[in-house]
Amino acid sequence: MNDILLEVKNLHASVEGKEILKGINLTVRPGEVHAIMGPNGSGKSTLSEVLAGNPAFTVTEGSVDFHGKQLLELSPEDRSHEGLFLSFQYPVEIPGVSMVNFMRAAINAKRKYLCEEPLSATEFLKLMRQKRAIVELDNKLASRSVNEGFSGGEKKRNEIFQMAVLEPVLSILDETDSGLDIDALRIVAGGVNKLKTERNATIVITHYQRLLDYIRPDFVHVLYKGRIVRTGGPELALELEERGYDWIKEEVDAQ
Amino acid sequence: MKENNENIATDGAVCQGNVLDDVTRGDYKYGFTSDIDTEIIPRGLTEDTVRFISERKGEPEWLLEFRLKAFRHWLGMTPPKWAHLDIPEIDFQSISYYAAPKTKEGPKSLDEVDPELIDTFNKLGIPLEEQKQLSGMAVDAVLDSVSVKTTHREKLAEMGVIFCSISEAVKDYPDLVRKYLGKVVSYRDNFYAALNSAVFSDGSFVYIPKGVRCPMELSTYFRINAAGTGQFERTLIVADDDAYVSYLEGCTAPQRDENQLHAAIVEIVVEDRAEVKYSTVQNWYAGDAEGRGGVYNFVTKRGLCRGDYSKLSWTQVETGSAITWKYPSCVLAGEGSVGEFYSVAVTRNRQQADTGTKMIHLGRNSRSTIVSKGISAGHSQNSYRGLVKVAPDADGCRNYTQCDSLLLSSHCGAHTFPYIDVLNDTAVVEHEATTSKISEDQLFYCNQRGIPTEEAVGLIVNGYAKEVMNKLPMEFAVEAQRLLAITLEGSVG
Repeated sequence: MNDILLEVKNLHASVEGKEILKGINLTVRPGEVHAIMGPNGSGKSTLSEVLAGNPAFTVTEGSVDFHGKQLLELSPEDRSHEGLFLSFQYPVEIPGVSMVNFMRAAINAKRKYLCEEPLSATEFLKLMRQKRAIVELDNKLASRSVNEGFSGGEKKRNEIFQMAVLEPVLSILDETDSGLDIDALRIVAGGVNKLKTERNATIVITHYQRLLDYIRPDFVHVLYKGRIVRTGGPELALELEERGYDWIKEEVDAQ
Repeated sequence: MKENNENIATDGAVCQGNVLDDVTRGDYKYGFTSDIDTEIIPRGLTEDTVRFISERKGEPEWLLEFRLKAFRHWLGMTPPKWAHLDIPEIDFQSISYYAAPKTKEGPKSLDEVDPELIDTFNKLGIPLEEQKQLSGMAVDAVLDSVSVKTTHREKLAEMGVIFCSISEAVKDYPDLVRKYLGKVVSYRDNFYAALNSAVFSDGSFVYIPKGVRCPMELSTYFRINAAGTGQFERTLIVADDDAYVSYLEGCTAPQRDENQLHAAIVEIVVEDRAEVKYSTVQNWYAGDAEGRGGVYNFVTKRGLCRGDYSKLSWTQVETGSAITWKYPSCVLAGEGSVGEFYSVAVTRNRQQADTGTKMIHLGRNSRSTIVSKGISAGHSQNSYRGLVKVAPDADGCRNYTQCDSLLLSSHCGAHTFPYIDVLNDTAVVEHEATTSKISEDQLFYCNQRGIPTEEAVGLIVNGYAKEVMNKLPMEFAVEAQRLLAITLEGSVG
């Protein structure tokens, strides 16, 4: 497996003049699951937003290769069309726009990008039904407005539902476990596992080991002060769970 | 029910997608002019002009008298200044008050209609050949001052439904017209109502007899074509006891540098237990990005719910016109009568709109609902102005008003002027208002899912306006959704 899905090199990014990412290097291959952990304010969410192209952040240095394309040169929507998906930590509400209309716009925008005909209403509704089952999202939720009045757990399930519909090659799950009770966590993680294939990869951003009991990572990275300061296997997550982040902070700060 | 909703919503999205593919900028699609042989009278307005129009239309003496009274009253009036609008001085003597395509009055078949004229309406998506039409819709096409063709008349006549131009109605049903004309909107009502009463040219007349549910949507399509003219149409709708009709109005105009005046009157009378649903998609030319040209849309629309348990529902989607001054209203005189007003008003560039409604509760237990959604972009000014009035004797009245504003730029203005005048303490009157902006977060969320910004704005705005859009008849809803998305392309910032 030499093919590389995502290669981040020396990525620096800032928001409102403040540098948050200070030289990130990360290589992700198809079929892999990477966990990114780290204390609050270390830049985890910024990394996901920058990769997805949020205009609020400015990239000041570095490059990102996404299966042969220069990711940073693409618009947010083209990054999506190329197969990048971000499950938001705080999914926004869009009043009056039904999930059905929203997903239809999303899927047909992608099909247009790939020079494919839009899906017919019947095909589309069939697809929605299939994908809904993956995260046990009922029909009522799918016909409601985007995230409006959803509980925390429903919002996260809805994110994974959208991921299922759009079939990305790289999914970034930003704190998908936050605000979930144990049942919702199981459903969400189960959905992510069902969507895993040889060809796609997942980056899981989380504070806690808990999620990683359900979604087994191949690599665990610790992000601190805008850099990846340690990389290991699943056992690193367990060690962090036991010892906290202080020992890593001390090691890094001592250097 | 749920599945059903899902399907309908999806169909709407299909059409939206296709049209957005075709159109890349929010340009005005209907700005073309047609080369139609037109008779235009010289500019200016005197008593002779009024007499000329009346004579040209072969009107009876009583109608000429009506016009002259209105004209004389108008001479002593001044244009209203209270609206939140910056209206340039209008020289009422520099307008031509009558323009008509040169054909025989009231063509009996399509063969007598100028082919260029048929072509004009085809371009607007309004085929006048009946077999080509959407079944379930009858159309009265009004070009400049004259109704050129009303379709499906014979079929409607079988049920006793009258649908024709008001000029024809004056000839064929003089008693009906005389009984109702000017009874809801008096010529003394306001400056533009007086002007319209003096010089009105054409418009539609609808009469639904007792107990008849009109089997198809009735629709009037207004088109200003000639330059230097004003359009003053007049519509009169009467729904007798237990009758029902759904009526649609559409309007467009060519792109011109000059401003054109449109001052219409719509009068509606609703008798016992009858129901009228009046929907407008107003898309007059709005002027260019710098505010040159465009139609001045100064309209008086009012319905009288005279009958007990009668119901009148106004739905409007206002996207066009340089300046809009318009307050479709309900006088709720009947016991238990119901008035509704659902409005989406979009302004962008330099457009100005001051629009809203009046709900006058005179009857006991009358109810009204107002839902107004303003959307402002560019440097535009968008105002909601509404009056809820409850008379001293009107016990048990109920009003609910919801008034929302959505801002798309940092240079536009959204204003609300609600007036509440309650003289009976059993009334329950509610008013809710919100102001919001499309957030960067919402746009980025859409972008991340692959939806480009322009399309995302269309989606978000249609979502915001959904409550009102859902009130439109199906054929119109799709068109209006499309219009809303196209109108706002490139408007965020």
